[in-house]
Amino acid sequence: MSDKEIGRGIGQALGSHLSRRSLFALGGAAAVTGALAACGGNTGREPAATGGATGGGGGATLNQWYHQYGEAGTQQAVERYAAAYKDATVKVGWKPGDYDQSTAASLLTDAGPDVFEYGNGPTIDMIKGGQVVDLTDLVGDTKSDFNPSILERMTYEGKTYAIPQVVDMQLLVYRKSLLDKAGIAPPQTIDELIAAAKKLTQGNVKGLFLGNDGGAGLMGGPMLWSAGLDYLTEDNQFGFDDPRAATALGKLREMWDAKVLLLGAPKDWFDPSALTAGLTAMQFTGLWTFPDLKKGLADDFGVMAWPALDGSGKASVPVGAYGSCVSAKSKDVEAAKKFAKWLWIDQTAYQLDFATAYGFHIPSRTSLIGQATTLKEGQAAEAAKLATDVGHAQSPILWTPKCATAFGDAMNRIVKEGADPAGEIAKVKTVADAELKRVLA
Amino acid sequence: MTGSRPAGSPRPSLGRRLRGRQDRNLWFWVFVGPFVIGLVVFVYVPIAWSIYLSFFESYNTVTPTTFVGVGNYVDMLRDPAFRNSLLTFLAFAVFIVPTTFVISLGAALLVARTRVMQSFFRSVFFLPTACSYVVAALVWKMSIFSGIRSGLANAVLGWFGIDSIPWLSLAEPPWYWLVIVTARLWLQVGFYMILFLAGIQRISPTLYEAAAIDGAEGWKVFRHITLPQLRATSTAVLLLLLINAFQAFDEFYNILSTFGTYPPYARPPLVYLYYTALGSGQDFGHGSAGAVILTLIIAIVAVVQGRILRLGDRGD
Repeated sequence: MSDKEIGRGIGQALGSHLSRRSLFALGGAAAVTGALAACGGNTGREPAATGGATGGGGGATLNQWYHQYGEAGTQQAVERYAAAYKDATVKVGWKPGDYDQSTAASLLTDAGPDVFEYGNGPTIDMIKGGQVVDLTDLVGDTKSDFNPSILERMTYEGKTYAIPQVVDMQLLVYRKSLLDKAGIAPPQTIDELIAAAKKLTQGNVKGLFLGNDGGAGLMGGPMLWSAGLDYLTEDNQFGFDDPRAATALGKLREMWDAKVLLLGAPKDWFDPSALTAGLTAMQFTGLWTFPDLKKGLADDFGVMAWPALDGSGKASVPVGAYGSCVSAKSKDVEAAKKFAKWLWIDQTAYQLDFATAYGFHIPSRTSLIGQATTLKEGQAAEAAKLATDVGHAQSPILWTPKCATAFGDAMNRIVKEGADPAGEIAKVKTVADAELKRVLA
Repeated sequence: MTGSRPAGSPRPSLGRRLRGRQDRNLWFWVFVGPFVIGLVVFVYVPIAWSIYLSFFESYNTVTPTTFVGVGNYVDMLRDPAFRNSLLTFLAFAVFIVPTTFVISLGAALLVARTRVMQSFFRSVFFLPTACSYVVAALVWKMSIFSGIRSGLANAVLGWFGIDSIPWLSLAEPPWYWLVIVTARLWLQVGFYMILFLAGIQRISPTLYEAAAIDGAEGWKVFRHITLPQLRATSTAVLLLLLINAFQAFDEFYNILSTFGTYPPYARPPLVYLYYTALGSGQDFGHGSAGAVILTLIIAIVAVVQGRILRLGDRGD
């Protein structure tokens, strides 16, 4: 039999047993199964009856999304908070992977969350696109209690679009013993930092670790602030069309050329292992590494802000926070706002628990920092003080992803290829001016 | 089984006629329908939608309202970063396609020749094909080409007293290409080797015997018998390699991206568009315009290649 004949034979055999009606019934069933399979993915939209390990009282059903926090117990904690809420059933969505991207995409559909966290609050295009609602009235009187630079970052034209959940920060960490051995005091200016890094570079130990790209991705902002400049000016103009900015960014290339930077570490700047394994004497990293630093180095580490370029610059530490936002597509915006206020404004005990009991963060409410036992003494207390005193939001809200890409490209060329900083800044300005014109239109 | 209906029998109902002889139409749609639906819903609708989006300003929305004509296309073609990424990927394709072709053909010839442990060599070369691009990229990035002394490549350099090289951090010299290219070769060569091997084994031994009698050997045999006989296989391999080069994303993204940023070099268009449209940018207008431009380029290259290799000629 040829293939065709076999096919025909099967067709006949089936045809004789299935009437058209039963076939359509079958097809219908298949279609329904397909639809269920398509919708059954983790959209976080299952009705409360079938969903939720979590959920509290009656009323509306709300979906609240978090990215996957690495620390054990965080998921159970947020589920516990959600279950304690009585005015609505809250279902927690715990999202591994590219959280920012998938959440941004889900906001385009009806399958998105009601309440969700987003890094440094919603993007300017989410606000302008009307995807998130104004939460100014929720913050109300507590406004003065939040870390000012963080709350400012989540505010656009006087309206606040997110409630800061916990503050994270980056800072310079150094091995005390190595600095002592080399007879160096913690550097106060960028030039002192370069001199120290040169002195500390010995054998297999490098002086400074700013990430495997030599700080191109991480240090752009801190270098601008160290020169007393910023991405944007107060009145939202391009902020670093200035020879001092070129000097500051050029300093990173100077470090690169001096071969004092650790490059190609197995784990990048956000992990403390380069410092604990003795690959570098100083590292720019996050507050979240402190438990591991303590374990690896005991008390042999000190903390400081990124130094000022010179006398007329400013020392700084970048601070950032996940902000809790409410989707405009929520079926019950008022209930969602009420829940966001309940958890992130009213329930200070939960906020403290969330910030300190699992990972190592700073509460976003200044009044809670004093109550955080983890931040009471030692390096952690110094770090928390730096965040409040010289904390600087990572980038302004109008600094769109396109600006960030252009700036990142420029930083890469300056640091890795030795491109002329002034010329690269001019290129960024072209992109940023067009973007500012677009978003401010 | 001829289908001519006996004279005088009633005309079949409409439903029966629609179903065709022996329900053929019905069965055609039962078997083909689901795939057509899948193709339409998941391929053609998104493509059409993407073309639609490319003519609109659509930040954070897929149902835009502001028509901008060809504005997005003009922006993308003026964008030096996008133009650069197109160049990157053309350069990459020009290099990687012939390299993979030659190496996998060479490996196939060697494996076909060996008399001992042929299946062992075949499996060993083929095995990497089973490895995921992401996993391989991370192994290359973190253990083989990590910048510290204990990374495999640097440890080997260390035996000869050469200083460690931060392979992925340097832009000059561009060592990152070494990392990307070796990862891709390791992943791909085995697969194409198997294709060539299958082709080689189909060449009739009588051709070689005749050539041997005529006194041809070595390079001449390869040039005048093996290579022409592999024409169909070679064409298929070239086309697959080209498509693969155009799709470059996985190993580039996983080897070179750090914490949400990607350096301005070795950035293929798909990576750049990923950051534009799907990253936090959510700029679907420009992203779609870039995707359409890229598709046009791929289509042109594919047509030209098909012409040159006379793909689909009878006898291939």
